[in-house]
Parts: sequence; structure tokens; C-alpha cells
Amino acid sequence: MKYKLLLYIAWNLLTARLRQSIIAGIGVTFGITMFITLMGFMTGLNGLLDGLILNRTPHIRLYNELEASDKQPIEQHPDYSNHLLMQRSIKPVDRGRGLYNGGAALEALKQDPRVLGVAPKTQSQVFYHVGTTDITGLVQGIDPAEEERLFHVSDYIVKGELESLKRVENGIILGYGIAEKMLADLGDMVQVSSATGEKATLKIVGLYQSGLAEVDNSQSYVSLATAQKLAGQGAGYFTDIQIKLHDLNRAPELSKEFASVYKAQAVDIQTANAQFDTGSSIRNLISYAVSITLLIVAGFGIYNILNMMIYEKMDSIAILKATGFSGRDVQWIFLLLSMIIGFSGGILGLGFGYALSSLIDVLPFETEALPTIKTYPVNFDPVYYFTGVSFALATTWVAGWFPAKKASKVDPVDIIRGK
Amino acid sequence: MSTSQLVLEAQDIRKTFHDPVTVEVLKGVSLEVKKGEFVSIIGKSGCGKSTLLYILSTMDTDYQGTLRLGGETTGSKNHAALAALRNAYIGFVFQFHYLLPEFSVLENVMLPGLKLARKSREELEHHAIERLQMLGIADQARKKASMLSGGQKQRVAIARALINDPLIVMGDEPTGNLDRKNSDLVFDIFRDLASERGQALLVVTHDMEFAAKTDRIIEMDDGRIIS
Ligand SMILES: Nc1ncnc2c1ncn2[C@@H]1O[C@H](COP(=O)(O)OP(=O)(O)O)[C@@H](O)[C@H]1O
Ligand SMILES: [Mg+2]
Repeated sequence: MKYKLLLYIAWNLLTARLRQSIIAGIGVTFGITMFITLMGFMTGLNGLLDGLILNRTPHIRLYNELEASDKQPIEQHPDYSNHLLMQRSIKPVDRGRGLYNGGAALEALKQDPRVLGVAPKTQSQVFYHVGTTDITGLVQGIDPAEEERLFHVSDYIVKGELESLKRVENGIILGYGIAEKMLADLGDMVQVSSATGEKATLKIVGLYQSGLAEVDNSQSYVSLATAQKLAGQGAGYFTDIQIKLHDLNRAPELSKEFASVYKAQAVDIQTANAQFDTGSSIRNLISYAVSITLLIVAGFGIYNILNMMIYEKMDSIAILKATGFSGRDVQWIFLLLSMIIGFSGGILGLGFGYALSSLIDVLPFETEALPTIKTYPVNFDPVYYFTGVSFALATTWVAGWFPAKKASKVDPVDIIRGK
Repeated sequence: MSTSQLVLEAQDIRKTFHDPVTVEVLKGVSLEVKKGEFVSIIGKSGCGKSTLLYILSTMDTDYQGTLRLGGETTGSKNHAALAALRNAYIGFVFQFHYLLPEFSVLENVMLPGLKLARKSREELEHHAIERLQMLGIADQARKKASMLSGGQKQRVAIARALINDPLIVMGDEPTGNLDRKNSDLVFDIFRDLASERGQALLVVTHDMEFAAKTDRIIEMDDGRIIS
């Protein structure tokens, strides 16, 4: 009841000064519009760029790389245990690039409760034969279903489809750059030979464009079986096991564990992409900084207008106090007045922000690098709309507080005596 | 009359201003107003009439002495409690009308009643219209307060002072800005309020003709009551 009356008085004071109030409100509207638009756009972009990395990158990748043996035979001899050993002559034995007992590791990882999904990969160095020249490249044997579930590969397939790898024996999805060089298109046959001398004739069932020219000019996808055949190996041969975890943040820790358990090298996403979230946080910071600056400017606008209003309304304040309104009541009246401006300005800002975001969302944004993106990415996460209104209310609360406090301190006797 | 009929009691009120120099403006004023009594205060300009009235109305709390309103001592109350006391017990009419220009006549009259919140909005509106009728300006009720003439505004201010059926109505030269005709009108209204409704009134005036028609005249000079 009490606040209803104070709100009613605030509302009447406000509507009597509608033009000034609207101008004050426009400041808030502008600030919130910018906030919503900037946040939507920036986080949309962040999501896209993060997605580029997160979608394509396993949280942990197990692989087997050639490296010098940790322990030289001489170190294992008890006679020399206290000696400084300088002899390091034993070279690694080439056991191939395959993971040690890859098939078993794959099954074990699939059962691991911390693991969201596992996708095996068999990579093989190849030559693509074009006329009389050869193009060097890399063939990736994948499990199409898992690869799609975990890494959304089909996002980058610009022609044909991923499932064809399962259906068409000897199918290949060729990197866009290679296809261009070979003047090859869907349905054509490509000759491929591997470093180990295996040869295959593969049918193009798709083209893909990752956006990274280096990749598109050399890589292609085939089924696991095809890749294993090209590598001259059997069905248990995998060069990589890509793991996605339930909790991305545990990658560094689990990567160490898996490396020792499965006797392979492991790299986690944080190590592989140390810089990836720096860009995101800077973009967020800029958006917040710009919006808060705009809101502070709007806050000063409200502060000014409220101060002026209070100066004009001295008589009204005096009589309200003389007839029984307390200082606190008067303070609430002006605080509410400010909040009405903030709230309506803020809500309007949400509307405009949404409209502007929707506009940006349909603007064409075409880039070689992101073949499946046709328009600018915009994030419509309601969190930013709540934050926006909260910002507007907080700003106007602060901006209204000081003038309102001043109004509450007006001594009616001073005013009345002055007449 | 018994003491319970006293609506206002002031004892030995003293007030000193320190700016620019220390001056004692009220030098021990005591007075009482009973229910239904119409009292006027007269005195030379600058003798402390307004100062006294601001103290009696609880708006000014910086004084020595004791003040009792409707039997309640005001000295120990905080500002919010005093505001509530003014709201319920005191109707004030100033020389200037102090109507809120954003509100209609009716709303201006209702505001102190809405603050008191003892009656519903409908009852209050009814009550306010009654008061405006009594003052002959019910036809102006829906107009914005700023549209009225000086005399009409002052009558609205009186209606506002009466909305909560106060113990006492105080006036600081309420006819000071009015012409003879309107002054007489306001005086007649006050007269009726006192005699017909038992309304206590304490009115500062420099209009001797006006004062002569009240129940009791208090004359002040240099911060003291002299008769
Ligand atoms: N705020 C103030 N500071 C200093 N002196 C004041 C103040 N207000 C009033 N006075 C002085 O107090 C005296 C009484 O003033 P006031 O009560 O307004 O007189 P009246 O209403 O009888 O004309 C005057 O001399 C006036 O100058
Ligand atoms: Mg005076």
C-alpha cells in the first residue's frame, strides 16, 4: 500500500516531465541495446571460434610417436649404476605408427565412465596421383558415426555426405584444395598410393573444406578399413585415439593417466590450444567495458535530470513533508522515479537489442574459412537479457540514490519560510 | 473544560537562531488550544509568529520547551514518527497554497489521506468531494490544480488540511495572498469549522479585522506573548 502510493506519486511527477524523462530513458535504452547487441554478437563469434577448435579437437589424443628409448641398455646394468653414462647409441626400433594394442585400448576407454566418447583414427601418408604428377597428402581413416558425434565433421563437408564412407566401399572424402588441383568432383575415381607401397583406387563420395588451406590441400577422409589397408596393416591398427571427456577441465590430468595406462603419448586440449580462450575473454571484456561505459553515461544523464527535477519540485517536496510524508517516503518517490526510467529504458533496450541482434543474425557472412556459416553468428542467450535489465536497474538505482537522498533531507521549514 | 479537551499544549518554547548572529527569537512561549476553539495569533512582522507555528506543527524540532499534541509529547519522537503525527493530527494552510501542479484538485486533497491509509481510495474520494463541496469548489475537482484561481487554490489547500479530520488546523497568514472577498470567504469557512464541527484552529494573521472575529486573540511581541 505504502509503495503503491509512492509509486503513484513518482509516476505522476515523471509523466509531468515526460520529455526529460524520455530523454533520460533513451540513454539507458541505448546502453542496454548496445550491451545486448555486443554481447550477442561477441559471444556468438566466440562460440563459433571456440567451436572451430573445440569441435575439431579431441580433449585428449593418444598417439604413438617415434622417440628415443628412455633407458639405454647400459643404464640397466648394475655395475654402472653410479656412473655418469655418456653412451646413448641405441636407436629406436620402428614398430610403425600404430598404437600398442590399439583395439583393446579403444574398448577399455569406451567403458571408462569419465569418457564421453572415443573415436579411433588411422592415418596414412599417401600420394594422390594426378596425371603424371603426385601430390603428397594424408589420408585419415575414421569411424564416420563416432567422428560425427564427437567432432561434427559433416559441418565441413561441402559436397556429398559423410555416411557415404560407410556405404561405399573404397569411398573417399577429398579435401577441397586437392579436388581443385585434380579437377575432380563427386563420383570421380582417384588413385592413391601409400608410403608403404600399397595402392588403391578410391571413389570420391564427398568434398570437405575445413577452412584451413593447408589441411584442405592435403587431407582426405576414408573409412578405417581403407586406411588400414593403405597402411598395410590389419583391423586393430590405429594411429590415434581421440577422446572426448565429460569434463573438459580434467583433460590434463587424465591425459597423463591414459598415457601411462595405454603406453602411448598423449596430448590434452589445454596444452594443444593454450591460447584458445584468451581471445574469448578479451572480446567479453571489451563488450562489458563498452556497455558499462554507455550505462555510466546514461546514469549521469539520469542523475542530472533527477537533480533538476528535485530542484524544480522543492515546493512539492516541502508540502509532502509538511502533510506527513517522511524523508524516507520522499527518498523512495525519487528512487522509484529513477527506477521507472531505468526499467522502461532497460526493457526497451532489450527490445531494440533483440531486434538489432536479429538483424545481424540474418546478415550474410560468408567466408572461405567457415564454409557452413552463411550469416553472422549471434548468441541469444537469455542470460545477457537478464544481465542487461539488472545493469539498467543497478545504474538507475545508483544514479537516483544521491538526488533522492538530497530530496529526503529537504527541510520544509526552509522552503516554506522562503515564500 | 477538562484537560482531555486540550488539543495542543506548548510550555516555555524557546528558539534561538545562530546564523548570522545568535538571536533568541522565541523567549518562552506557552499556550493552549482547546477543541473547537478558534484562536488567532497577531503581532508585528518579525516577532516570531511563523517560527512558533513551525515548532507547534512539529516541522521544526530544534527548540527548547515541551509540546503536546492530542496528549502525546512530541519531544522524544523521531522525524518519521513526527511526520506520521502531522499526517494524522495537523492540517496546515500556508500563505502560499503549495498544491502539486501535476495532480488534479481531487488528488491534491486526497494525498495526505492516502498517506494515512485509514480509508479506502473510494471512501477517501467521497470524503474529499464532500470537503470540496463544503468549500464550494467541488465542480473543479477533476481539474489540474494549476488551472485554478488564487482564491480557489487556497480553498483546495484548506480542503487538503481537513482531509484527515485533524485535531487542529494551523494557518500561517492563510489569507495573506487573497483579496478582501476571498479573505472573508476563508474566514467564514474557518468560523463554520470551529462552531459547527468543533474544529480547533490556530491562525497567524496580521489582518486585525480577521482576528477580531476569532474566539481568542494571542498577541506576540519580540518572542513573547503579551496578551
Ligand atoms: N533561518 C533563520 N535564521 C536566522 N534568523 C531567522 C531565521 N528565520 C527567521 N529568522 C528571524 O526570526 C525572527 C522571527 O521570524 P518569523 O517567525 O518569520 O516572524 P513573523 O512570522 O512573526 O513575521 C525574524 O527576526 C527573522 O529575521
Ligand atoms: Mg511570518
